[in-house]
Parts: sequence; structure tokens; C-alpha cells
Amino acid sequence: MKKIIKFVITDILRNRTMMVYTLFLLASSFSVFSLEDSNSKGLLSLLNIILIVVPLVSIVFSSIYVYNSAEFIELLVSQPLKRKSIWLSIFGGLAASLSIAFFIGAGIPVLIYQANMIGLTMIVVGIMLSIIFVAIAMLAAVKTSDKAKGIGAVIMLWLYFSLMFDGLVLFLLFQFADYPIEKPMIGISALNPIDLSRIMILLQLDISAMMGYTGAIFKDFFGTFTGISFSIIVLLLWIALPVWYSTHKFNTKDL
Amino acid sequence: MKFLLFIIPLLICYSAKAKTIHVGSKWKYKNVTAGIQAAESGDTVLVDAGHYKEKNLIIRKSIVLKGLNYPELDGESKYQNISVFARGVVIDGLKITHSGISSLEDLSGIKIYDGHDVSVKNNFLEDTFFGIFIEKGENCTIENNKITAFNKTEQQSGNGIHCWQAKGIRIIGNTVTGHRDGIYFEFVNKSFIRGNTSTSNIRYGLHFMFSNDDTYVSNTFSNNGSGVSVMFSNRIRMLNNSFKENWGDAAYGILLKEISDGYMEGNRFTKNTTAIYMEGANRIHMKKNTFQNNGWALKIQASCMGVVLERNNFIGNTFDVGTNGSLVLNTFKNNYWDKYEGYDLNKDRIGDIPYRPVSMFSMIVEKYPTAMILFRSFITTLLDKTEKILPSLTPENLKDNAPLMKKAF
Repeated sequence: MKKIIKFVITDILRNRTMMVYTLFLLASSFSVFSLEDSNSKGLLSLLNIILIVVPLVSIVFSSIYVYNSAEFIELLVSQPLKRKSIWLSIFGGLAASLSIAFFIGAGIPVLIYQANMIGLTMIVVGIMLSIIFVAIAMLAAVKTSDKAKGIGAVIMLWLYFSLMFDGLVLFLLFQFADYPIEKPMIGISALNPIDLSRIMILLQLDISAMMGYTGAIFKDFFGTFTGISFSIIVLLLWIALPVWYSTHKFNTKDL
Repeated sequence: MKFLLFIIPLLICYSAKAKTIHVGSKWKYKNVTAGIQAAESGDTVLVDAGHYKEKNLIIRKSIVLKGLNYPELDGESKYQNISVFARGVVIDGLKITHSGISSLEDLSGIKIYDGHDVSVKNNFLEDTFFGIFIEKGENCTIENNKITAFNKTEQQSGNGIHCWQAKGIRIIGNTVTGHRDGIYFEFVNKSFIRGNTSTSNIRYGLHFMFSNDDTYVSNTFSNNGSGVSVMFSNRIRMLNNSFKENWGDAAYGILLKEISDGYMEGNRFTKNTTAIYMEGANRIHMKKNTFQNNGWALKIQASCMGVVLERNNFIGNTFDVGTNGSLVLNTFKNNYWDKYEGYDLNKDRIGDIPYRPVSMFSMIVEKYPTAMILFRSFITTLLDKTEKILPSLTPENLKDNAPLMKKAF
């Protein structure tokens, strides 16, 4: 299993796309920090990159990688190896290499310019999002055998998590404005890892505005130890559930 | 001879006035009440350090009551410590503790009834219901007192410095903590408030109503339950004050309600949920103020008219300006907005395109506060950008036509 993970990581790290992704993150993070007059403004621009680019690259790259290594997977399956360990190794390799890329590309600049609680939260959240979207991509890839269909589905998923979901939430908000929906909102935000990550960062970035009535409810929940552990557990579930389900699917899949 | 006739009565007067009466365990007068009884107008009553239980100490003569090493006047949680009924009284260097609590009588540490030229300075007030209370007064001074209360609820706590129906009051260098309102004015005109610190009070740091022509300079208001609230007053001047960390939905750095012809310069608003909330404010001139790291720098309701904001710095606020309608009768000019994305082609340090400080999302949050949970998400950023290009929800006229490219000061 270790061997496969190692192989996947070296394979991906040699990949040109991954190099470009790392360099892109590195260039954009350094430029936002040096262009903006205050570091906190740079952090804001970086937030957008983390919430949009990281999930997109993670989900698209992983699904393409899984499709492209279909023959390699078939070869491995013919060896005396457990299917579960093959699938988990591929997941581990992808997750590790995307996290490394993110850490080098965005983590190091953040540590240089903003080595505080906000910066650390951002790095943790970015790594979590990378892994979550690898897990989702692998689930999509195992569900559809057709490569074109699979990549299309994956892009739709990304669009859903980063844009459509918030649109729906906004719509719900307007519809149920007369009801006390602050608490259900917390539950709904758990349904989208991007939203959850955003709120975690928001609570540190816009603390003054969040002290208003509604904000205070979110702050009272997400700002406490229970809230933070809740968020982290939900994010971990967003990794565990897709991985578990896709492993199960892969186990019984007719290759 | 004529000269002597003139000088002898004067000498007699002088000898009558210069008396000093000592109060303390080693003097003739063991308690302050006896000392004051023996004194006549113009005398000085010097109180040695110690613990005195005077019940309600009533002063009806124009005397100087001075403490040496802060003698403690204990109200035993039953009485008003000191009541002043005379003019020209000076109360200096006392420690006044544990007044009674009564909302009916407004028991206070020091209460001044119809006082002229009364001065209260260098005292410590601890655990009093009201701290220093002026009930009708003119030309009084409250200086360098430290007023602390410990009660937790508004009912159990009075105001630190409370003035009602007064004129020409000077409140300088006091520190007020833990009261209901730090400094409270009602019908107080032509007064001067400088260098006070009002922090961690249950309700407002400063609260005034129907008080005209007052000047506030270099005061600090921080961490108060609801910030600072000023209502129904005219011609107020506020210079170089600092409003900090007033957090909560109904907490404002400063709430301006029905205020006219005010002038605010050089004030600093830092880390408040809402730095300034204006409702029915008319002709307020705000210049060279700094708004930093607030949730909302300014909430300006459509009922405000003739408010002018110029050369202010807006830095790191979550929302710059929030409003509730499309009517704008106020002027924004030459402010520095850190969110401004325009350009300056002719290099005159003034941006060439106007800045619209009201974002679409702030309008949405005003209407649906829960939407705050979507703040900084992709979709709201997208909405904000489209709104910037084609304004539809945000008020068309609320804009700074000449925003500064660099900080105003």
C-alpha cells in the first residue's frame, strides 16, 4: 500500500499540471500580499482563491487522474492486492500531493505575511478543502465509467458547491425571512464544505460585523470550542463519507 | 484714615474666612458632621484618613471639604453619602463608598442640589448607586474622580456622572466604570467634557438628551454595553474622542438621533459593530475622523439631511456605509475609502470615478440579517460586482464623487 501511495505521489508531483497549479498559487499569493496595502486585504483576496480555485483544481485534476490511470488500476487489480487498499492508496496519493501543492503555493506565503490565527485557519481550511474535493472527485469517477460524463459531472458538482448552493440558500433566506431561521442556517451550512470553511474564516476576519444580532448567533455557535469541533468533524465527515462510499463502490465494480 | 477704615473691615472678613477645622480621631471633632456644624461659610474642613459613617452628610455652608489620604465616607448601603445644598462648595480627596440604592430618591455618592460654582475633585467613588449627581446647577466642576460600580443589572445601578438641568458644567479627567450610564446629561447646556474615560458600563458610556451647545474633547468610550447614545440635541461639538469595541446588535460607537448642527472632528472609531448610527440627524459636519475595523462604519438612515462627510479615513471596515432607503440628502466628499478600486489619471490624488460606499450585500443584510452567513461567498461577490456596474438596489446618489487615492491625513 505504501508503495502505491509513493508511486502515485511521485507520478503526480512530476505532472506538469501540478507544477503549474503550485506556481499559480505561489504567484497569486505573493502578488496579493505585495500589491495590497494591508496584509488583511491580501488575505481577503486569497480567501477567494482558496474558496474557488482550490476546490476546482482538486476536483477536476483528481477525476482526470483517476480516469487516466484506468489501465494502471486494472493492472494493479490483477495483482494479489486488496481492492480497498488500491483505492485508498490512490486517494491517499492524490490527497497528499494536492495538499503539498497547496501548502507550498499558498501556505508558505501566508505563513510569511500573516502568521497568526487567521492565517493558520486559512491553511488548515485550504488543505481540508483540497482533500474533500479529491474524495468527491473519486466518488464521481467510480460512479460513471464514461470519462467525458464524469468530468462534466465533476464540474457541475464544483459549480453547485461554490455557486448554486449559496444561490439556493439566499433564495431560502428571502422566502423564510419572517421566521427565526438563524439556527437552521447553521445546519444548512454544514451541507456545503465550502460554506463551512468560509464561515470559519469569516468569524476571525469580520469579527466586529459578526457581533450584530444574527452574527452573534453564528459566533456563539461557531466561535466556541463545540462549534469549532463541530465544523472540523463535519469537514472530516465530508472526507470520510465519500471515500467510504467510493471504496465500497470500487470493491464491487466490474472494471 | 480713609484707608484704615477700608482695610480694617477687610481684615476682619479675612480672619473670619481663614479658619481651618480638623476632623479625625485625634482632633476635637471626631466626625465630619460635627466638623461641618462648627464651620462657617468660607472655612475649610480637613478630614484625616479613617473610616467615617456619617449617614447622610448634609452641607448647607459654602465650605471646602478636603480629605487627607482619602478618608472613607461609608454610606452603609443605606444612605446618600453627601448632599450639597450650598453654593461654592469644594469636595476634594475623599473616598466615598457604599451608597444606598433607591430609584425613587436616586441616592448618590455626592448629590448637588441647585448648586452654583460647586467643585468635586480628586475623589474615589466605589459601589455607589449614582456617583456624582447634579440636580440643577450652574458653573460646577467635576474633575479627576474615579467612579466605580459593581452591580450587574440596569435596575441595580445608577449613572456615574448624572447632570440634570444644568449649565456651564466642566467634566474633566474622570474615569467611570461599571455604572448604568457612564456620563448622563439631560437639559445640560454650554458644558465642557474633556479627557474622561468611560468604560465597561452596563448601558451607555455617554448618554445625553436635550443638551445643547456642549463640547466633548479627547474622551474615551470603550466596551460599553450599548456604546454612546446622543439624542435631541443641537450644536454639539465632538473633537478627538475615541470610540472603541462597542459590540452588539444595538451597540453603536455613537448613536446620533435627532441631532442638529453638530460638528465632529478627529474622532477615532475602532472595532465597533456599528461606528456611527444616524437617524434624523441634520446638518452634521464630520471631518477628519478615522473609521477602522468596524462592522459598519456608518449607518445613515434616509431620515438624515445635510450631513457632510469630508476627509475621513475608512480603513478595514466590513461595510463602509449602510442605509435603509434610496433618498440621499447628504454629501460625501474627499474621503479615503480603502475599498475604492478607481484610478487617478491626472494625478491630482483624487479618484476619477465616484466611489459608492453602499454595497448591494449591505442592503441585503439590512433587510435580511441572516444573510450575513453568506458574506464573502462567491455569489454575493458576484452580486456586488454587477451592482457596481448597474446600480439598481443601492441608492444612486449615495456616492463620493471625489474620493481620495491616499489617506486623508
